[in-house]
Amino acid sequence: MTDSLSQIFIGTLLTNNFVLAMFLGLCPFLGVSSRLGTAFPMGVATTFVMLVASVCAYTLNLLLNTFHLEFLRLISYIVVIASSVQLVEMVMKKYSPALFRALGIFLPLITTNCAVLAVALFQTAREYNFTQSLVFALAGGAGFTLALVLMASLRERLQLANVPTLVQGTALSLILAGLLSLTFMGFAGLGAGE
Amino acid sequence: MSLPNQADEGITFDTFMEGVWRQNPVFVMVLGMCPTLAVTVSAVNGLSMGVATLFVLVSSCLLVSLIRHLVPKEVRIATYIVIIATFVTLVDYLIQAASLALYEALGAFIQLIVVNCIILGRAEAHASKNPPLKAVVNALGMGVGFAIGLLALGGTREILGAGKLFGISLFGEHFQPWVVMVLPPGGFFVLGGWLLLFALFRKKPVTEGGHAHD
Repeated sequence: MTDSLSQIFIGTLLTNNFVLAMFLGLCPFLGVSSRLGTAFPMGVATTFVMLVASVCAYTLNLLLNTFHLEFLRLISYIVVIASSVQLVEMVMKKYSPALFRALGIFLPLITTNCAVLAVALFQTAREYNFTQSLVFALAGGAGFTLALVLMASLRERLQLANVPTLVQGTALSLILAGLLSLTFMGFAGLGAGE
Repeated sequence: MSLPNQADEGITFDTFMEGVWRQNPVFVMVLGMCPTLAVTVSAVNGLSMGVATLFVLVSSCLLVSLIRHLVPKEVRIATYIVIIATFVTLVDYLIQAASLALYEALGAFIQLIVVNCIILGRAEAHASKNPPLKAVVNALGMGVGFAIGLLALGGTREILGAGKLFGISLFGEHFQPWVVMVLPPGGFFVLGGWLLLFALFRKKPVTEGGHAHD
């Protein structure tokens, strides 16, 4: 609650990276990260949805608290997220049909990306104010994009490597993600300074 | 797998076993990864998460199957999500009432059951097309498969990372815990290892067939 904005940003981007330290949004992380060309736009789209969802969730939470309807929180959040994904989908279909086709099924699946819902839930649980929530959502999205881009670059390299057929596929991606996650643990010290 | 024209009637043992073994959500389909990896630092946590998901899965599939003729096609996903969210809210309050320690250990991941792809996937792919009883049996199988997966992961990570299983020390005083296994990277490594093991099992018949061909 008393965290400064920069603390929230660095903490969410690196130390508690959504994908690599908190295991949020793994489905798109493993699903869309085979090519760099789709990984980056996917990250940006997700970040945008996160920002919209964060603003909506903040306003909604104020409303729910006023009327003492806290038990409706989860349901209303998920509806808000589903609508903002629809919005992104329509905008993208209009302005960038090629990208729309490349992302395919993973675009509507942003709705079920736990990272987006987690942004809304965590900002409520940590009682962030409006600016803090925005920074948190931005950092979460940036962290997701960072992890996605790193993973996609690694996997593009890996396609040229000679890997035993047994290991190919999800198992290899998971081990790779583990190594990446191990690297990100090196950032742990950054968040400790208070 | 039943033939298409039989799909409406037969509830076979396979309806249940499909989710437990052949299409195990954790090891074969690799779905619902977020709770799978985040929560499984110990066998108890994994099992409780599995049971919570099982409950939501079965109840939402039952409800989805009951109202499958009433819901217009265009709004079905939104309807399913709201149904799932309702049951998750229920589970959230239940766990909070039953064990506060467990509630804190699982944290936000109870609420995040809403976005577990397994549940929406089952509702969309199976429950919306089948009668209630069959949908429930199938959901039960999937849920049990998921719980087994979580238990296996949680157990492995607890044994390697803390030298314990269900909180009981296994190796005595001299065990050096492999701490990284209960930290985030360990989740990826252990699941990767399990997947490798499964790939090895499934690989065998193919290689033998290949040898015979040669």
